[in-house]
Amino acid sequence: MKQTLITLVEDKPGVLNRIASLFRRRNFNIVSVVSGSSETPGIARLTIVVDEVDRSKRGTIYYNLLNLVNVIAVKDVSELPCITRQFILVKIEANTEKFNEIEYIVNNYGAKVVENSSESIIVEAADEKEILDQLVASLEPYNITEIMRTGKMSMRKGMTHNVSSDNTKSKLEKWQPEKINVYHN
Amino acid sequence: MNKKQLTGAEIIWDCVAKEDVSVVFGYPGGAILPAYDALEKYRDKIHHVLVRHEQGATHMADGFARASGKVGVAMATSGPGATNMITGLATAMMDSIPIVCITGQVPSSVIGTDAFQEIDITGATLPVTKHNYLVMDINELASTIKEAFHVARSGRPGPVLIDIPKDIQNESIDYSYPEDLVELPGEVKSQGANEEQVKIFAEMLKASKRPFILAGHGVIMSEATSNLMKMSEKAQIPIGTTLLGIGGVPKSNPLVVGWMGMHGDSWVNQAIQKADLLIACGMRFDDRVTGNLKTYSPNSKKIHIEIDPSEINKNVRVDLPILGDLNEVLYQVLPHLDNEDHSTWFDQINEWKRESTSRDIIHQNTDTLMGAHVLRKIWEGTKGDALIVTDVGQHQMLEAQYYEHNDPRTLLTSGGLGTMGFSLPAGIGASFHEKEREVWIIVGDGSFQMTMTELGTAVQENRNINIAIINNGYLGLVRQWQEMFYDARYSETPIISPDYIKLADAYGIKAFRVKKLNDVLPTMRKVQEQKGPSLIEFVVEKQDMVYPMVPTGADLHEMIERPASTNNLKKTIREEESLV
Repeated sequence: MKQTLITLVEDKPGVLNRIASLFRRRNFNIVSVVSGSSETPGIARLTIVVDEVDRSKRGTIYYNLLNLVNVIAVKDVSELPCITRQFILVKIEANTEKFNEIEYIVNNYGAKVVENSSESIIVEAADEKEILDQLVASLEPYNITEIMRTGKMSMRKGMTHNVSSDNTKSKLEKWQPEKINVYHN
Repeated sequence: MNKKQLTGAEIIWDCVAKEDVSVVFGYPGGAILPAYDALEKYRDKIHHVLVRHEQGATHMADGFARASGKVGVAMATSGPGATNMITGLATAMMDSIPIVCITGQVPSSVIGTDAFQEIDITGATLPVTKHNYLVMDINELASTIKEAFHVARSGRPGPVLIDIPKDIQNESIDYSYPEDLVELPGEVKSQGANEEQVKIFAEMLKASKRPFILAGHGVIMSEATSNLMKMSEKAQIPIGTTLLGIGGVPKSNPLVVGWMGMHGDSWVNQAIQKADLLIACGMRFDDRVTGNLKTYSPNSKKIHIEIDPSEINKNVRVDLPILGDLNEVLYQVLPHLDNEDHSTWFDQINEWKRESTSRDIIHQNTDTLMGAHVLRKIWEGTKGDALIVTDVGQHQMLEAQYYEHNDPRTLLTSGGLGTMGFSLPAGIGASFHEKEREVWIIVGDGSFQMTMTELGTAVQENRNINIAIINNGYLGLVRQWQEMFYDARYSETPIISPDYIKLADAYGIKAFRVKKLNDVLPTMRKVQEQKGPSLIEFVVEKQDMVYPMVPTGADLHEMIERPASTNNLKKTIREEESLV
């Protein structure tokens, strides 16, 4: 199983570069990064997926990430219950003849046709990786011309940590002990 | 708080002076000109040292930081000035040395246009700094400098670079110094040991018959000498140091049995391999101290006290990791330890020591002057009380073997990066802190020629430094590897030197050449009596090698010992001479 890290960072120029540079120079295999704003202004939340199974190496990755000055907190959610999503856009050649079939597949996957013109059909979907893989396979016979998909986003189930806009610091301090113990027993 | 109008350039100096910095090593140039212009107003607080090359400035800041425990500061212009700092930053990064480098940058309006002397130095130094900053708003300048010093010295220390565009230096604002303490949202603070860890620590130690302490650079940086010695004494645990740990514990104390690793004491390596408990204190299991990881100390439980969580389980799996400041953790653990007796274990280690010592070159008479003998004499001639700065190579290993240090911060050496050319500038930097001890720079002929340009700095600043060049006409340690592992094909390791006496003379430096063992101490006395820089060239045996040695990747206990006599050595010398 791959390692999934939810990471809070200061939203400053170059922070993504610092993370990418760390992974490159430490020879960690990055699979995907999804970055965007969080519920708190000035703080971004990332989902980073790493191809590493060895537990002690996972610890090294975790702590190296944590050591970056602009990284506020890291949570390894690889083995925790999470909602995970990827987003995909699939472009298919226009096909009036079989549009009904395509629409049936799309509806079946909870996906959506977001463009239907004389040239092309664009389908969007957000789901777990495996489901999206199946969707792509089902659409394969209709001549896919372009695929654009994001990496994985994860969110832990239940009430866990929040970086609320008020009182950010005290909430983060409660995080600290958790930072230390994950890999050390 | 009164606000007053200051330029960015003035803010730089005001903030640097507020960090208890009294000396800055640097080199002016286009993009840093405003800062140098403003320096005039801060002369009473800050002494600026004009270096000859920006690499020298970083090593000087590094040497100053290692000697003093304070943050060292270096300054340079944009472009080539900044890129010349990269080696010094990397050196400080690998050895966790707190330095702050301030570089000028082209005006913010032209950043990204390949302007004259523009380089993306924050991008270029990303892997060799703990953190770096590009200041694009003068309102953030003061808080950034303050944060940079905090980052450099807190947690596991390291180098920080601040890049400041020229227009930010020229701009003026209503300024007051940011008095608030720096709080970084993501900072991991030392938590010390918890109750359970202390309990397990004590139990592991109680169960152990052959415990061994590995004392690293962290002992010095955390100022943990006293508590570490208390632990060692109470529970009777032998201590071995890493290269950078030398001086962290007093060599004169029999509890301190030696140093470990590739050229370390064979009995220390034996002890590590045979131990049933390793207590690693502020060290990182570098490949130069572990040898083959698969066979490293196979039967021991391992405790690792370390401030940087990313070091835990990086190379060696440990049983009890304790994250925190070493001195704090030792203080917590000490009251829970019982008095122990491990005399059989000490006897065993001393037995190994006797076996190994008999082969030591130091007990052999030789026709030619040996590097080892010179280092031993320097130890004698300085009563073991000098501040030694070494370069990188055979002389560095010989120093660690034959100069016994009893105090922290008396051996400054580039360990992790192994930067040739480190010693002269680092020694100059250290001399700005060291007022009591003699400063001796021990350097090989190869290393010296990398940064000897800083002789000019030493003279201009009239530093009290003694330079000891151990000249064997080879890049000795590389030559040693060629002899051992490349069938004695000495590819590009013979190296000529200038006439060092004439070179020194050109700079107005007193210099002497020594070729005989009996001349070492009298010549040392001559330079010890005088002020200002001095130089002694020791012409030593060309072909000698550093023993013992663990070849790269070999098991730590499989050390190559010095051959029983030096006859073989003499033979090869003769063969070589007959070829010439």
